[in-house]
Amino acid sequence: MEEKIRKFMQENFSDGIVREDDFRGQQSFYIRKEYLLDVLKGLKEDEDLRFEFLIDICSLDWHGDSEEANGRFEVIYNLFSLKNKYRMFIKVRLEGDNPEIDTACELWMTANWLEREVWDLMGIKFTGHPNLIKIVTPDDLVGHPLRRDFPLTYEVPRFSWNKDDPPEVIL
Amino acid sequence: MSVEAKRRTMSLNLGPQHPATHGVLQVVLELDGETVVKATPQIGYLHTGIEKTAESKLYYKVIPMTDRMDYLAPMSNNLGFCLAVEKLLGIEVPEKVKYARVCLTELTRVMSHLVWVGTHALDIGAMSMLLYAFRERELIIDLYEACAGQRMMTTYFRIGGLAYDLPKDFDQKVKEILKKVPEGIKDYERLLNDNKIFRQRTIGVAKISAEDAVSCGLTGPSLRGSGVNYDVRKALPYGGYEKFGFEVPLGKNGDVYDRYLVRMEEMKQSLKIAKQALEGMPEGPHIAHVPGVVLPPKEDVLTKMESLIFHFKLITHGFDAPKGAVYQGIESPKGELGYYISSDGSNKPHRMRVRPPSFVNLSALPRMVEGGMVADVIAAIGSIDIVLGEVDR
Repeated sequence: MEEKIRKFMQENFSDGIVREDDFRGQQSFYIRKEYLLDVLKGLKEDEDLRFEFLIDICSLDWHGDSEEANGRFEVIYNLFSLKNKYRMFIKVRLEGDNPEIDTACELWMTANWLEREVWDLMGIKFTGHPNLIKIVTPDDLVGHPLRRDFPLTYEVPRFSWNKDDPPEVIL
Repeated sequence: MSVEAKRRTMSLNLGPQHPATHGVLQVVLELDGETVVKATPQIGYLHTGIEKTAESKLYYKVIPMTDRMDYLAPMSNNLGFCLAVEKLLGIEVPEKVKYARVCLTELTRVMSHLVWVGTHALDIGAMSMLLYAFRERELIIDLYEACAGQRMMTTYFRIGGLAYDLPKDFDQKVKEILKKVPEGIKDYERLLNDNKIFRQRTIGVAKISAEDAVSCGLTGPSLRGSGVNYDVRKALPYGGYEKFGFEVPLGKNGDVYDRYLVRMEEMKQSLKIAKQALEGMPEGPHIAHVPGVVLPPKEDVLTKMESLIFHFKLITHGFDAPKGAVYQGIESPKGELGYYISSDGSNKPHRMRVRPPSFVNLSALPRMVEGGMVADVIAAIGSIDIVLGEVDR
């Protein structure tokens, strides 16, 4: 199975792959962010591989880590193939403090909430997301708590008290 | 004509203070008469930042926090985290630990499903079910108390094994559970399976097709009720599950009734696994011998210098994990519970991501209830079995 996926990735997305990782028997590919949707779509719709299950989307922040200088944020797509009973990971590194990446909502409905959570807690913007609003933190909390530079001590968390933009009234 | 008069729909807040939402869940419903046009779940009332807190804790200090996520199935949560860290460190646990963990987590599944069947039946009108289900659940809680000294927040599993050896009357207690719970399940089935009211409230309600269920990321009994055969224990066995024989019950229609049938059958299968685990339990140590990662036995700490050093170092500094990222998914009673742990080589997790089954399953709620009746929303919330502690973390 590993070989099959490697071959598939090399044949179709040889420009998009940054590197392959095989830590503790978990196959994962680091890819360029422009290729993300094509790769996910290709893996989902390929007759042989059929990675039709998006288990999870999660994110990392490498702020302040000198060894991980190529891109501050990392978004991880956890895919599972029901047909082959195989799990693999697609990882994307993002540069800058206000990163953006394409949404996967058109491929999976579950991406909607998972991406909202990543946006809320890590501040990664998903372009094209139909409803990218906060999901777990209060509406007026300023900042994204899971970032490594979010203040934990000495500073109190900042709240806007909705002074500038009152929340939309649900009708 | 004013804007208000043109509106044909009415919005209704279901929750957050509502006993049938199983916690602080708010669902904003757009109603046209009694039909639900749009449902918007609002979550976050119980957000405690467990993922963030874990970043400033030594690895073994994260375990008590995992109990508090899915408080109806604490041992499953412990297991997921311990397995993930063991995978990261490359530790192999003793055979006895594997059997004991399987036995306890399967009983945890029974316990969680018992609470579910009680509250779910209560939500849709069968009052007495709750009392019967809690009667059987008490037996499993007693076993927890004998093992860990705690009835609910057990924190019994450790990285590399168990906190203490199994109690002397473990066999006897599990045998009592294996005898009494199946009798209870028979009673529930007699009460509910052919109950006219229960069937009318559940059959054909909150349907979800197999394709939609996969696209929505449903896992666990909610997915298998739609007939998709995905059980982490079978698909990607962990912690010794490949040694046990059991079947994965599947539904057909993907409605509330099928999800109920799947969970009832799952309880029987879980008891079957627990029985096999009890019978096959080998003798041996209750925790792996890995100096520097696992605390040495107390006698050694008092008599041997090396053990004392390891003890001191572990308590003050913990252990440094190798750099890398691992994911470990387990089949918790609610669905696939996954821990993604990224380590930067220090003694604390750089990032711990929990893949919460309840959160993802809840996101499918609008898909299930839109177009149905407002009373069916309660049945649907009950049938996907959410725990708000896990949804919000």
